[in-house]
Amino acid sequence: MAIVEQIQAGERTASWRERLGDAIRQREGLRALLLAGPGGLWLLLFFLLPTAIVFAYSFARRGPYGTVAWTFTLENYVRFFDWLYIRVFLVSVWLALLTTLICLLIGYPFAFVIARSPRRWRNALLVLVLIPFWTNFLVRTYAIMLLLRSDGLINNLLQRLGLIDQPLTMLFTPFAVVLGLVYGYLPFMILPIYASIEKFDFTLIEAAQDLGANAWHAFWRVLLPLTLPGVLAGSILVFIPSVGAFVTPDLLGGGKVVMIANLINQQFLTVRHWPFGSAVSFVLMAIVLAATMLYFRIGETRRI
Amino acid sequence: MTVGQTTAPRPAIRPTRRRLSAGWAALWLNVLVTFVFLYAPIVVMSVFSFNASRQMQVWMGFTLDWYVRMFHDERVRVAAENSLIIALVSTLVSTVIGTLTALALERTRFRVKSLYEGAMYLPIIVPEIVMAIALLVFFNLTFQWLGQLFGLRLNFGLGTITIAHIAFSFPFVAVVVRARLADFDRTLEQAAQDLGANDWQTFRYVTLPLLMPGIIAGALLAFTLSIDDFVITFFNAGVGSTTLPLEIYGRVRRGITPDVNALSTVLLLASMLLVLGSLALQRRRST
Repeated sequence: MAIVEQIQAGERTASWRERLGDAIRQREGLRALLLAGPGGLWLLLFFLLPTAIVFAYSFARRGPYGTVAWTFTLENYVRFFDWLYIRVFLVSVWLALLTTLICLLIGYPFAFVIARSPRRWRNALLVLVLIPFWTNFLVRTYAIMLLLRSDGLINNLLQRLGLIDQPLTMLFTPFAVVLGLVYGYLPFMILPIYASIEKFDFTLIEAAQDLGANAWHAFWRVLLPLTLPGVLAGSILVFIPSVGAFVTPDLLGGGKVVMIANLINQQFLTVRHWPFGSAVSFVLMAIVLAATMLYFRIGETRRI
Repeated sequence: MTVGQTTAPRPAIRPTRRRLSAGWAALWLNVLVTFVFLYAPIVVMSVFSFNASRQMQVWMGFTLDWYVRMFHDERVRVAAENSLIIALVSTLVSTVIGTLTALALERTRFRVKSLYEGAMYLPIIVPEIVMAIALLVFFNLTFQWLGQLFGLRLNFGLGTITIAHIAFSFPFVAVVVRARLADFDRTLEQAAQDLGANDWQTFRYVTLPLLMPGIIAGALLAFTLSIDDFVITFFNAGVGSTTLPLEIYGRVRRGITPDVNALSTVLLLASMLLVLGSLALQRRRST
């Protein structure tokens, strides 16, 4: 009897525990659903589904009057290998890389100075970097246009000083586009580098110097490798929006510097070849995702 | 240990510092030039918004004409109203959804969580133009279907813009709120529960107030993203639903006129006030 009772009691507790576990699990499931549901639904409906449709479009044909004919084809991707479009692709990647490099060359020493300045100045200096950054991108691009125009302030000044006779053509050139991109995304480079230099233990530099390293060696062999995560993060944060930039090449390039986003815009709104436009946007997405993956890969190998 | 802490290395450092002073001068020059680079365009634009001349090139005297003209411009008024309506609705919705998402990611476990998390970061990473045309294609197709199936006639307009803005801003809110949740002291919640608070009371009186700075920061971010967005708005605005960035773009494309300077300067001041206000708010809350 006693044994039977014990077993029954044991069974009862087990099932009770199980039921409690189930209840908690179910409630947790319910809670997760309620919390994650709205965001998930929004993502699914207004991001993932639209992207999937574009992906499907990229294999479709163009129908009459700019409609989409649902026959499977690879011609949109093949068409991309035309020199006309390959050039756009190369120009975009090249200008984005150039922008990233310039941001790095300006941003690293800049972040270094802020991180090494007295503590009470640091926040003020950072806010000064952020103020132009928080103002509307279009407004900032327009402001650069004002400076670079042939009757703009820079040309005016140079002419008055007698340095040039004819106004320089600065607007609607690759130079203007890179300038605009650097102006737009420089803080993306400065902030992560600042964060990693700020965390850096500067006694390591003293140690290196005690061991005979000069300033250059201390930078190249100690500071730079240890702040590389910030450099990588900054580079990816500048490269990604630069390669997909639309407004900057549109306004500062003035149709003379065409980047991938301008090609997509043109295919959708002017030419009305939606399948080809879709294929081009997937090529752009592939570049961006490849860059992101490369970033995480480098980050991983460095940690080991 | 004791050997390392002697004063022996000190004299070795000082001469190096002195040798570096030329280097430091170069570094500070870089900082100075960069600040000039960052501020010159917007300062020049603001100054010339008070220029009496129609032409940009020369200073002809001070005037407020462009501002007067802008404030009486019907198109600008409509665009500003549209911008504000869209920004307010999308900030409200994306702050709620974003906060819920952050709580889901930080506080619950579910099967497809890593997938969900990855998908949530995509709108942040994917280029704006790709998201813009994806939504354009999606709305276009949906409206066609709804028209054929139910005879519904839906069009691009403030609705499509707002939906799109929520889609790209709620992940940012989620990231900001989640950062706050990650260094959240959970013993405070346990203390509340030990004192007899139920789940809801704990959330309402302990978790939510402590999360508030993160939520406000997220909301301000969502508001700024919405007010500033051009690319996604451009592709998803119908006829007659112009926002301020679209209005500026249109005018810049048509040729530069001084009222764009005035409009841009007002926008510039508004965003500066917004940023400085949020900074002041954060400072007050952290102390």
